[in-house]
Amino acid sequence: MRLELKHIHKHFGAVHANDDISIAVESGTIHGLLGENGAGKSTLMKILSGFIHRDAGEILLDGRAVAFKNPAEAIRAGVGMLHQDPLDFPPLTVLDNFLFGREDGFMQNRAGALADLQRFSRQFGFDLDPDALVSSLTVGERQQLEIMRLLSLGAKILIFDEPTTGISLPQKIKLFETLRLLAKQGMTIIFVTHKLQDAEDLCGKVTVLRLGKMTGQVTHPFTADQLVRLMFGQSLETRARASVALGEPILELRDICVADYRLRVPEINLQVRAGQVIGLAGIEGSGQRLLLRACAGLDQPVAGDIWISGARMNRQPYRDFLERGVAYLPAGRLEEGLVPGLNLTEHFILARRSREFFIDWRAAQDAAQSRIGEYSIRGVPASRVEALSGGNQQRALLALLQPNLNLILLEHPTRGLDIESTMWVWSQLLARRQRGAAIVFASADLDEIFEYSDRILVFSGGRVARALNAQETSVQQLGELIGGKGL
Amino acid sequence: MDTNFVILTFASILAESAPLVFAVIGETLGEKSGVTNLSLDGTILLSAMIGFAVAFTTNNLYLAFLAAMLVGALVASIVAFSSIVLKLDQIAVGFVLTLLCGDLSTFFGNPFVRKPGPAVPHFAIPGLAEIPVVGKIFFDQNIVVYLSVLLIFAAWWWIYKTRPGLKLQGIGERPAAAFARGVNVNAQRFIYTLIGGALVGFGGATYSLFVKLGWSYHHTYGIGWIALAIVIFGGWHPIRGALGAYIFGGLQSVSSFAQSAFTDVPTQVFQTAPFALMIIALLFVSNEALDRFFSGSPVSRKIWNSLRGTPPGALSTVFEQE
Repeated sequence: MRLELKHIHKHFGAVHANDDISIAVESGTIHGLLGENGAGKSTLMKILSGFIHRDAGEILLDGRAVAFKNPAEAIRAGVGMLHQDPLDFPPLTVLDNFLFGREDGFMQNRAGALADLQRFSRQFGFDLDPDALVSSLTVGERQQLEIMRLLSLGAKILIFDEPTTGISLPQKIKLFETLRLLAKQGMTIIFVTHKLQDAEDLCGKVTVLRLGKMTGQVTHPFTADQLVRLMFGQSLETRARASVALGEPILELRDICVADYRLRVPEINLQVRAGQVIGLAGIEGSGQRLLLRACAGLDQPVAGDIWISGARMNRQPYRDFLERGVAYLPAGRLEEGLVPGLNLTEHFILARRSREFFIDWRAAQDAAQSRIGEYSIRGVPASRVEALSGGNQQRALLALLQPNLNLILLEHPTRGLDIESTMWVWSQLLARRQRGAAIVFASADLDEIFEYSDRILVFSGGRVARALNAQETSVQQLGELIGGKGL
Repeated sequence: MDTNFVILTFASILAESAPLVFAVIGETLGEKSGVTNLSLDGTILLSAMIGFAVAFTTNNLYLAFLAAMLVGALVASIVAFSSIVLKLDQIAVGFVLTLLCGDLSTFFGNPFVRKPGPAVPHFAIPGLAEIPVVGKIFFDQNIVVYLSVLLIFAAWWWIYKTRPGLKLQGIGERPAAAFARGVNVNAQRFIYTLIGGALVGFGGATYSLFVKLGWSYHHTYGIGWIALAIVIFGGWHPIRGALGAYIFGGLQSVSSFAQSAFTDVPTQVFQTAPFALMIIALLFVSNEALDRFFSGSPVSRKIWNSLRGTPPGALSTVFEQE
């Protein structure tokens, strides 16, 4: 089905979220929609899939003008959207999810749905247990379920909103394979992303948005540099790494074993010296988070010793970890890191750990204002943290860190951030490192692991590989280790 | 203890738990859709009182039950309107309604206190009632008791076997996803809350016209809270919820036997004991505890999986379209 968007406009209050956007996509092609956070990609796709209404402009499907009142109408017309966080029902089973929204009679036609599900599974080589709860699936598997569901409803145009966020490397490969197959079958695919590599690998044509406007359209072959210039207006360069003199050992793990109810990772040995950066690589949920939380003093390791700056820290209270200059930034920025409902000023006051009973609000406000400027947070002292974008929440979290830290533990430090925020976050972290902090971070982004780590610890299938020297490791090697080869 | 005595005990538990079953199923339906109707204790009081008053004045039981259902639906419609349209806090509105309805039942119920009135007549199902043991327990009761048992399975069938039932689960779990699949979330929530309220009202009238005949000050006080607790105990599953109601009914029977056995203990102890025991049961019977208990054999595992319940993901929240 041929898709044409013509002169789409959308305002949210004073913000012109979509300003005269026109895109045409032929059937059987994969069209990339690229832009940093807040560029207007999601708005445009929500308009196309019926979640929100446009202010002006036209949507044409095979030359016929359409106006969708809601997502159900869009899917009936053949437009289906896969959301970044799959819009499904985690407590229900795979089959229930697949059934939901099909209109064929009063009783649930489970046999018919099962046959359909199996047919699609065979076609794409997916392997989902129809009776499994969706909550037990990975994001990648939930995407597979959504793809099959939308196809079974007759979708001809599929929108993928940042589908590679939060899925593992093998799943990403599988996803790309599926997308190419769908295109071959004549589907029209729109691939929304902020990752250059993904756009390069997959898309025949890419439209770039910036601050609500279309900045350009490129056709394969194109270079990453071209895309970056369209996204940011200028080309960003990754700076060469400054060398840092290594200091005292800060963190030492001796035969640590971490475990939760489903996973057990034994024999982790690691020494981290001041000024070192350690990357924890591997498929999400392979124990990286468990290790970070153990190092932060939030969970107890099952066995082994944790030494921080020469002191054995097993079973010590979290407070002692804080006093030794340990800080932990979790992936759930809003859920675990910040306090939704409180504003920036209040956060800075809480982080100050002062003993005063009364608060000097004026001084606090001024202090918050200067901190906001210093960390270039897009917000005001009275902004509630939940109103900030992901990048600004991460900036706020960094601004909340104590000034003299010895060990910074981070989980997905730049997940969901645009390139500018990503580079900013790392410039902050590297500055901390210059001042003698050791950094341990987990990331699903291999480029990030390679770019910033001195040494890499690979987690795979309940095991940890010996720490690798980042300079001497190839992507190929790392990919194999993550996939469980050679461990 | 002779068998006849045991059979009669089970029959009486089935009968006396009937109002609680109506209330639990009604509230389960509403909460499955995402709306908590916290006003149960007040709704049951008011509908019990109105049901009795209508039966007393008209001598027509059909009208009495209908009026009680209307009262239940009316109170529920206030909860639904204020939470769905006005987007107020469901808990606050429900709590205020609990107090209001309780007081209204006292105020309007004054003329009917301790008056003898009509009761639901006994109706043994011919043939079936003669079956040994089972007949006595299940088929030698009255229409209302039969309805309460039927309702349990009807609710189960509706939620888990029909397409509208799947939608009901969806709007309570993740309304945004249900909306994306073409469900009119707020209209559905309104309807289920109303139906749930009507069932609670039916339960109220079942008290005053059958289980605890007549009307007096705070006639059914506390039952609504127990019903709310049983919905949680039941994991938002109609069959498990009904089991909870029967366990509570069983506790009440045990304590009334104990009362006649230990005459020197104050009667209040036995009247309140089931409530306390139920709370203790709730403390221990969590999903995890049951998980462990049932994970022994594949058969028990299967039974448990079919009864397993978690709170609806969007319980007590407001749904707004973007």
